[in-house]
Amino acid sequence: MTTVFTLQIDGRDVAGSEGQTVMEVAEENGIDIPGLCHLEGIHDRGACRLCMVEIAGTPKLAAACMTTIVEGMDVTAHSERLLEYRRAITEMMFVERNHVCAVCVANNHCELQDMAADLELTHFDLPRISPKVDIDASHRLFAIDHNRCILCLRCVRVCDEIEGAHTWDVMNRGLDTRVQTDMGIPWGDSTTCTSCGKCVQVCPTGALFEKGRAVASGSKRQRPFLPWLKVVKEERGQ
Amino acid sequence: MSEMPSAARSIRRRVSTEEIAEQPPRASAYVCEAASCMSAQAHDITVRLGERAAEAGLTDVLIKRVGCLGLCAAGPLVEIAETAQLFERVKPDDVEGIIKALKKVKSTDTRQPQGPFFEKQLRVATENLGRIDPESLDDFVGRGGYEALKRVLSEMTSTDVREEITRSGLRGRGGAGYPTGLKWTTVAKAQGAQKYVICNADEGDPGAFMDRSVLESDPFSILEGMAIAAFAVHASEGYIYCRAEYPLAVSRLRLAIRLAQRAGFLGAGIADTSFNFDVQIRLGAGAFVCGEETALIASVEGRRGTPRPRPPYPAVQGLWDCPTLINNVETFANVGAILRKGSEWYAGIGVGKSKGTKVFALAGRIVNTGLVEVPMGMTLREIVYDIGGGLIDGRPFKAVQTGGPSGGCIPAQLLDMAVSYESLIEVGSFMGSGGLIVMDDTSCMVDVAKYFQDFCREESCGKCVPCRVGTTQLYMLLDLITRGEATLDDLAQLERLAGIVQKTALCGLGQGAPNPIFSTLRYFRDEYLAHIVDKVCPAGVCTITPAEVTA
Amino acid sequence: MSKPRVATVWLDGCSGCHMSLIDMDERLLDIFERADLVYGPLVDFKEFPENVDVCLVEGAVSSEDDLHKIKLVRERTKTLVSFGDCAVTSNVPGMRNPIGVAPLLDRAYLENVTLNPQIPSDVVPKLLPTSTPVHRVVKVDVFLPGCPPSADLIYTLLDDLLAGRVPDVTGARFGR
Repeated sequence: MTTVFTLQIDGRDVAGSEGQTVMEVAEENGIDIPGLCHLEGIHDRGACRLCMVEIAGTPKLAAACMTTIVEGMDVTAHSERLLEYRRAITEMMFVERNHVCAVCVANNHCELQDMAADLELTHFDLPRISPKVDIDASHRLFAIDHNRCILCLRCVRVCDEIEGAHTWDVMNRGLDTRVQTDMGIPWGDSTTCTSCGKCVQVCPTGALFEKGRAVASGSKRQRPFLPWLKVVKEERGQ
Repeated sequence: MSEMPSAARSIRRRVSTEEIAEQPPRASAYVCEAASCMSAQAHDITVRLGERAAEAGLTDVLIKRVGCLGLCAAGPLVEIAETAQLFERVKPDDVEGIIKALKKVKSTDTRQPQGPFFEKQLRVATENLGRIDPESLDDFVGRGGYEALKRVLSEMTSTDVREEITRSGLRGRGGAGYPTGLKWTTVAKAQGAQKYVICNADEGDPGAFMDRSVLESDPFSILEGMAIAAFAVHASEGYIYCRAEYPLAVSRLRLAIRLAQRAGFLGAGIADTSFNFDVQIRLGAGAFVCGEETALIASVEGRRGTPRPRPPYPAVQGLWDCPTLINNVETFANVGAILRKGSEWYAGIGVGKSKGTKVFALAGRIVNTGLVEVPMGMTLREIVYDIGGGLIDGRPFKAVQTGGPSGGCIPAQLLDMAVSYESLIEVGSFMGSGGLIVMDDTSCMVDVAKYFQDFCREESCGKCVPCRVGTTQLYMLLDLITRGEATLDDLAQLERLAGIVQKTALCGLGQGAPNPIFSTLRYFRDEYLAHIVDKVCPAGVCTITPAEVTA
Repeated sequence: MSKPRVATVWLDGCSGCHMSLIDMDERLLDIFERADLVYGPLVDFKEFPENVDVCLVEGAVSSEDDLHKIKLVRERTKTLVSFGDCAVTSNVPGMRNPIGVAPLLDRAYLENVTLNPQIPSDVVPKLLPTSTPVHRVVKVDVFLPGCPPSADLIYTLLDDLLAGRVPDVTGARFGR
């Protein structure tokens, strides 16, 4: 018997079960809270900061994906201030590495590109950092272009939590942070990678892609398998 | 505890003159062997003093290694304990002079005033620093150590202990100032059979060395504080998370843990009661962010040291998802004293909601670089001028930086401000762990802000976007200003972005990273404008090449 | 009263944005019924004129010539539009930024050349250290991202500007 809480999101009365996050309740009720590290079916980590919402009575903003609901919660998911922050954060993602939509395999299939369009971000006030970063195309089927990685770590989580391979992890810190395969060896040399391709499917940008795809042809398939796999995993008691 | 453990005795023998045996010594020389004096070859002085005392036949003299004597600027330090005579910058050749002084000490001698650096301090958390041999449990016990734990275990309930701490008004000394009693109560009441106590010794602020000095000089007090806390919150396991860059602190902690275990102050059935508590050390691998409690917990668990959003707070869901009490070194160092002397005594010290004392590490352009402990509410002027001895070469005071990379710069016009958690926040700074960096007119405040931003960008763990990218962008803007290439639009951009990073970053590192920018803009905006509009650095620190101006 | 004066400029870009401009088809007639095209790669004027009302700038600022041009354009233009991704973000021209000018030229003109390898120095303008968006060099009034922006968006933008409205660029996005 789960407890049901009622709360308000953007002035709308909504209900959710105890333990659900603000993000989940908003999704169920058709309220769109942006987010790039969040993906249903894998654990949330509250890192992209796009889903930050205001909660009445709390001075600090909270990540909707990591905040569990409580009775009577009053959430503001959209405001002028939040829009400004979301634009700034999206802009920071764009200027961090070398995103060139025009020549990207994910052009028009990219969640970062969509985010900019949704937020009506037309240009960047911040200068590009233009770091020199690598491309690893050593895998037989897939490649990673770190120029396009926004470090959402969906690949790391899906590989660990769903596929159970834990090929992907994270190395270095700050701007030098990179996703890596098997303690930093080339992807093609990985002994743990099962070549399942889930990392490619969950990647929000063109960082992870199938080889042989041309510009703008890297459409990621629908991902309904994730929540199902999560259920299967839970029922197996893992 | 009448018997000294054999290990402690043998270790002590190595440095003490052999003949002290039963009766108390007539005269004793305390040689500071904390990291700062050690780096100035203090240990050679100890050995030499021991040899010379033996050669001179001084059988009633004790040569003792002690922890930090405080006045680090003048190390190596040797103190004649009976007269409080202090020998500064001791070289091997000075040993004869100390031996002479030791010969002169009479049993009727009393400690003489040592000047304002020492006299204006009030030592609670650091009461044993420079008094005991940090590697001797016997010395610690001789100064009232473990009295508090024994009393707690035999006479008090865990509720009593928590109430005593609550009444004392003690607040987290790691910087944020969260009420310690409240935190303990939350952990005690949290659901869970297994609970943990963690001591945060991952001191990483530039210019801060309070925790290091306490750990190197009085490790047992931390173990006692942790054991009392464990009793109060029903925990049976503890961890000390110490940065690996503190090898001396770590080795003394290791020894202290071993000695405490053998003497029955750690492990099963502490002090012949049914209370069990043991402590392990975990070493940090050089990440500043691991001082943030959730990152610290991740690191203890063996995972990548990155923070996670709170709530849930560690008090409810911490180490391995169990309720976990995390306090700073200095917080634990206060616990024993509070329980020995009573919460009323402790709450009687300090000002407003900031009770007790605070340890500060004086650094920068100050005469008396060193470790001091003062009652809350003392003014910055007293700390800098009376205790700190003013600025080097008598230069004009410009600002004092408190709170590390999350703190701010406080200008001269606020020198008469009484230091407390609240007052520091009010003026745009932060208590932080207690680093206090003094700057004179040769410091450029934009350059200072840039320095701290560089630190934050280096130390950002890379998890959240505003910190990972924002700190670098802020650094780039500050760099542009110091090169004289920025416009007023860039300044506006700097302020806007700083606000966004502060509001959206995941943990305290990112949220606090813009503070040095805000505080320098608040008090030294004219310096920013001088760089941007006039293309000059008033302090003469930044090199501005005039070439770009014509473009 | 004379018609508003419109110009277009082609800096470091592929001319795709200009192609998209031409894709307005018959709507071009409507626009240039209401405005004069006074400068651009589509018309044969040698020097950027004074008193331009609207100028669409395609391409990033990559060379000394680009820099010289864009400063002149800014001086002589009322409403400057950053036109397309190269102008807005430096896009493809900016892909060289992590590499640096010298290694870039070495790779293009020395390493991969078999006959008389040499780095061109006469006539062609010197490259700037980095290729930058237009608004990092001069003030930009309107941004129209897209690679290229669609003809519909360009029409809406020009239509709004010529009618004295604040241009509505809803639907504009990076890439296509």
